[in-house]
Amino acid sequence: MSAAPRLGILHSRVRVEEKWIFNALEARGADYARIDDSRVHFDLEDPGPWRQYAAVWLRSLSYTRGLYVARLLNSWGIPTINSAAVVETCGDKVATSAALAAAGLPQLQTRVAFSVEAALEAIEEIGYPVVLKPPVGSWGRLLAKINDRDAAEAILDHKATLGAVQHSVFYIQEFHEKDGRDIRVIVIGDQAVAGLYRKSAHWITNTARGAVGEACPITPELADICQQAAQAVGGGLLGIDLFEHPERGYLINEINHSTEFHTAQPVTGVDIADLMVDHVLQTAGLAQSARVA
Amino acid sequence: MQSNCPECDAVITLEDGTEVNEILVCPDCSSELEVTALEPPALAPAPMEEEDWGE
Repeated sequence: MSAAPRLGILHSRVRVEEKWIFNALEARGADYARIDDSRVHFDLEDPGPWRQYAAVWLRSLSYTRGLYVARLLNSWGIPTINSAAVVETCGDKVATSAALAAAGLPQLQTRVAFSVEAALEAIEEIGYPVVLKPPVGSWGRLLAKINDRDAAEAILDHKATLGAVQHSVFYIQEFHEKDGRDIRVIVIGDQAVAGLYRKSAHWITNTARGAVGEACPITPELADICQQAAQAVGGGLLGIDLFEHPERGYLINEINHSTEFHTAQPVTGVDIADLMVDHVLQTAGLAQSARVA
Repeated sequence: MQSNCPECDAVITLEDGTEVNEILVCPDCSSELEVTALEPPALAPAPMEEEDWGE
């Protein structure tokens, strides 16, 4: 008789979040396997080896690896958390902004262009300063605040010359003076469970770039917009980044499909890993075999 | 548990609870190292950050 399906966790580096997750799973006696994304390979004709998993939780550092694993597993009917569709929407800023726009949710003015000339036109439509971001990427990498036309021409030309096709997808946003902080809210299912101000004197307020965390209360208004944002991208386990605008209220900036919470968990005191584990075991249909709170 | 830094050969003590694939920083040369095994402990230079990493 084959063993009962278990949970798989796809990971790259084991960060503190993964250690918290492993501990929470072990505390429940849950049957799970760690899957190193640098070691997996797929025979596309043979899903057999993957049938041991009731679901696979994607904690890969790499958007590309996580997305392809999700696509393959989902094509075999093996669920992933999050689904390939959610990963695809959240991992690409163009797709995220399009989903938010389709849902009528507030965000920064955003333009997308595919040539230097069109990007310059889009930038001047918005007005300086603007922020240029790579469509895929995180931790504040390769963000450029462009203050004038000289800088715009130089940066666009550099990006167009870099070679990789992704560098010629120009994702342009109005610059928002965010008064030294933005907000990350962790959403699990339909619940906003923890909020974190990320504070920095720099215009990039990412904790990977030195921003400091402070607990942010989840007001009904904040919970509501985060729930709507989560629904707009397909839901699941998400980290929603928002700005506060003095006239326009909350503006959704990014949605993270494999969110980090190394700062949010200790600063808010919410055991995010524990709540995520409960959600994942329920979603995977494994709650009966583990001790879910 | 102890192992040696593959860059500078410093002796590195792995704390209880260390996991395979965890990243450590060598206290001597500051290299980022990946724990590749625990029994016996082994360290390798950590993979370079890639463009699509992070959240």
